Formats: sequence, C-alpha cells, structure tokens
Amino acid sequence: MALTQTTEPEQFGLEPAQRTTAFARWVAENWLLLLLGLLLLLLPAVAGEFVLTQIVGWSLDLGLIALSLMLLAGYGGMVSLVQMTVASVAGYTLTILGASSITAISLFWPWWVAAPLAIAVAVLFGAFAGILSARTEGIYTIMITLAIAAAFFYLTLQNYAIFNGFNGFTRIPAPKFWGIDWNEAVPLYYLILFFAAVGYLVVFYISRAAFGLALQGVRDNPRRMEAIGYNVTAHRVAAYAFAALIAGVGGILMVWLNHQISPGTAGIQATIYLLVVAVVGGVSHPIGAFVGAFIFVLLRTFALDALIAVGLDGRRFQLLIGIGFLIIMLFSPDGVVGLWRRWAARVRGNGNGERNVS
Amino acid sequence: MSTVAERIAASGAGNALELRGVSRLFGALTALADVTLTVRPGERRAVLGSNGAGKTTLLNCMTGDFPPTSGTVRFFSEDVTYLPPHERIRRGLRRTYQISLLFQGLKVRENIYLACRGVSRNRFSFLRTRARDTLMESVADLISLVHLETVADRLVGELAHGQQRQLEIALALAGAPRFILFDEPAAGLSPTERGDLVAILTALPPHIGYIIIEHDMDVALRVVESVTMMHNGRVFKEGAPHEIEADPEVQELYLGGGHG
Repeated sequence: MALTQTTEPEQFGLEPAQRTTAFARWVAENWLLLLLGLLLLLLPAVAGEFVLTQIVGWSLDLGLIALSLMLLAGYGGMVSLVQMTVASVAGYTLTILGASSITAISLFWPWWVAAPLAIAVAVLFGAFAGILSARTEGIYTIMITLAIAAAFFYLTLQNYAIFNGFNGFTRIPAPKFWGIDWNEAVPLYYLILFFAAVGYLVVFYISRAAFGLALQGVRDNPRRMEAIGYNVTAHRVAAYAFAALIAGVGGILMVWLNHQISPGTAGIQATIYLLVVAVVGGVSHPIGAFVGAFIFVLLRTFALDALIAVGLDGRRFQLLIGIGFLIIMLFSPDGVVGLWRRWAARVRGNGNGERNVS
Repeated sequence: MSTVAERIAASGAGNALELRGVSRLFGALTALADVTLTVRPGERRAVLGSNGAGKTTLLNCMTGDFPPTSGTVRFFSEDVTYLPPHERIRRGLRRTYQISLLFQGLKVRENIYLACRGVSRNRFSFLRTRARDTLMESVADLISLVHLETVADRLVGELAHGQQRQLEIALALAGAPRFILFDEPAAGLSPTERGDLVAILTALPPHIGYIIIEHDMDVALRVVESVTMMHNGRVFKEGAPHEIEADPEVQELYLGGGHG
C-alpha cells in the first residue's frame, strides 16, 4: 500500500494536535518506504563490500538512471532509449576531463570541475535529444532515440583520439574530500544512496507539481494541452533536460562505482537492459525504477550460478533474464509496481468488505 | 475583475474574431471555402449546418488546431493566423471539443488545475501549488460551477459521459476567457444536464462572447443572439435566430431534413 500511495493534498493552518495526527497518518501510509529507507541506512552494519557496492549500490545507481526513463515514459509518455547514453556521456566527460589510467587523453582536472561540467554536458546532450524527438510520438520517438544511442555507441567504439575506442578508460578514481576516501565501499554506498533517495523524492514530489502534472497532461492528451495554453514541445524538451540531469548524476556515480567506462557502457545491449529495468519495475511510479533495477541486478549476478547449480550451462543466464522479463510482462504489463498495486487493492478491498459485514 | 475585461473589450479592440477569406483544404477536399466572418466582443453566436458543412474545421482554424490553407484570422485585432494554439489560448481564446479531450490518467481536480495553470504563470514550476493559493480557489470555483464536487478526486477515466462533458466545459472556462468556442457541448447530455448547460452559458459574464456549434436547436437558439448557417464549407446565411428559423431556404436545407 505504502509504496504507491500518492500523498494527500497538503494541509495548512492545522492545530498542533491535528499536525501530530497528520504526521501519524503519513507514517502509517508510508511505513513500508520508511522501513526500506531504514534498512538501506543500516545495511553497511551487516553487509560486506560485495553486497554494498555490486548488489545494492549498483541497483540504486542503475535505478537512478532508470528513474530518468520512468520520468519520461511514465509521466511524459515518451519512451526514450537515450537515457543510458546520457549517463555514459556524463561518465565519459568526467573521465576525459578528470583522471584515469589513459594519461594521454584525461586532463586530470579536479573532480569538482569535471563532475559539474560532465552533468552540464549530459543535460545539453539530453536536451538536444529532446529537441530531435519532441515532435514525434510513440514508435518514432523510440526510433529516433535509438538512433542517437547507436550513433554515440559507434562514436565511442571507433574514436580513439577522445574516447579511446574499444578499450575505453580504466582505473577511474572516485574523489577524496571532507577527509573521506569515496573509493571505500561504505562511503561510496552512502553517496549513491543519498543521490538515489534525492532523485526518488524529487521525482515523486514533482509528480503533483505544475511541471509534473503538465507532463502527465502531455502524455494523456498533447492536443488538449496546447488548447489550454501549454507549449507541448517546450514541456517535452524540458522533461528531457531534467531527466538528463538525473541520468547524468547516475552516470557519474556509475563511473565512480565501476572505476571504468567503455563503449559497452553505452551499448545497444545496455540501452535495452535499461528499458527492461524500467518496464519490469513499472513506469507508473518512481519506486518502480529501483525495484526493476534490484531484480535485474540480482538476476544478472546470480542467474549464472543458479543455472550451473541445477546442471545447466551458465552462459544461458540471459535466457533466464529474458524468461523473467516475459513472465512479468505476461502477468503484469505495468510491472512489479502494477502487481503490487493490484495486490494492495485486493487486500484493502477484503478489509473493507469484512468491516461492512460486521 | 470582469470590469477590467469589460473595459478592454470596450476600448475599441475591434472585433473579437475576424476571419477573412479563410479556406482549408484536406487534399482534394475543400472543408472551408473562402469564409469571411466577424464576431463582436461579447457576441453569442450559433454556427449551424449539416454534418460536413465545415463547422468544426472552422473552429480548428480559429484555435490553430489546423491552420487555414489561405486567409487570415484575427483575434481582438491581432493577426493570429499562424500562431500556435497555446499562444491564442493565452490571449483569451478557449474551446471545447466535440469528443471530450481530457486527461484520463489524472483526477478531475488536476484536470481543472492544469487548465487554470496553463493560462497563468509558473507552468514549469517544480513546486506543488499550496492549498491556500488563489489558483486553487479558482479550481474549486470551477468544480462547483460544473457540479463535479462529488467526483473532484476521482480519475477522469472513471467518470460518466455527462460528467466528462461538464469537465470539458470547465476546462474552457479557466482563467479569464475573452471568447469561447463550444463544439457541440450538449452532445450526449441528459435533459437535466442540458438544462445545467444552458444555465452555465446564460450565466457567463456579458463580456465573454462565444460561438456554439450545436445540433440541439432547443439549446442553440436559447443561448445566442445571432446565427451563422454553413453549407458545404461556405457561409450560407447569417441573421438573428428567429430570422434563420423562418427562412424558407434554411428550412429546406437543414431544418427540413428531420429537424423540423
């Protein structure tokens, strides 16, 4: 119930006693989310480095990038296949301006110059993709953004002067500041958790702000949006730019987490994986991006071992991912979030029914 | 508020709408042929005609949903022929659609909120609008005007047809409209709802003019002071309601065909 609840309209001018009950109700409605947040905060106390970075950290970061797709697809009705590319643009820019093992290319600027510039470049790139695709709908949006993604992939693959071609960049360090080495598992985990939480809360908050509602209006009926005073194209481009900000942050964290970037990071397969993550999780609510990412990372990490354990060829792990995807789509086209919503509605429905009887 | 708008209307702004030689072709089909039409500020006019007479195309050329193939459209003296729809809406033009165009995935309140926000500032705001905001008062006013209080927090997709038509009208009344285009607002409404519609239309402040396309003569002729008859994409006749009703040619062409 709690995860997919939209908040009540804000209430003002309440008495302190009423405030307390309003807070209590908020806690009651969002208990699952609060519990999840608490677990994530306390995780480093029990989990090792592998779980912190390669499972949960990577899930949160992948979820953050998928969140940018959820924003565009779920609220804006624009299935953009360019979000992994935007994250990679940020990652590559950070690496080229900052530090890596490829000393002939990397400029070794300090991280606090390189990272903001990388995000700015990613936002410009995202806005550019938005301008190209904002006048299209449905399958044409998918085709244009896929074309941009493919073009960037081949650029990074074939260009050695700037992108170091097939090899890409390795040994990219996370920064050290405030006396903390962010390469360490626990600080890096908290850094990713912080940005994932901020991203989630901001996207959730704006879903009921003018910008987010207008985006959903554009999704439901662009023609009518024009007829009530909105510049639909401008709104779409702004959404692409904002989504690029989220994906750009995700891209920088991705590089700090993996310490490497190569054409495969921006490849067509990575693009498709991100789409799978968003759709499996469900694009109707921002939590879906993170749920999808967690499921994907679990499958990605353990499918191989699971297959070998039952005596099958471990190289078939993609088949398992594909089957998982198929099953979820078959039973819940709106992803795990949709599954959860229906289940919660049934539980609520039964509860009400019992109360009516008694 | 209305007095300011009345002063604007009275300050020699000219005609509310002025179409000169407007034509619209769809391939080989001439939907509108050389239509010239003027409507005064505050004037209430019905556009009548059989199916395919070009009535909805006329509205689409006025709002910019489809620009005309040739000719000019002026809105309060300003040439808006090639302005995109949202620019015309921000200048005070409004319209409703024959088939409801609503935001199915949003609540009734959010639909009306979007319409109010669309003609005000902060359309790109990342902040939620506070409950005390004056904009929210206008939203509540519009909800009660079209009697949708009981379903204000329901998704539009769950509403009955008549309620969707009411919402369609509410969206067109947001902000400070100067001129409204109603495209068959009574289509599919029950007799009671038709009564409500007539009440809403006649209660509009006098400075707000409108054009109404309507097949229901009981509704159309009760709420207008002038009538334009269209036929085959052309203006066929103009006059007061009683003149049009009495006109033998009109009766032959339109009212005679099952409506008389």
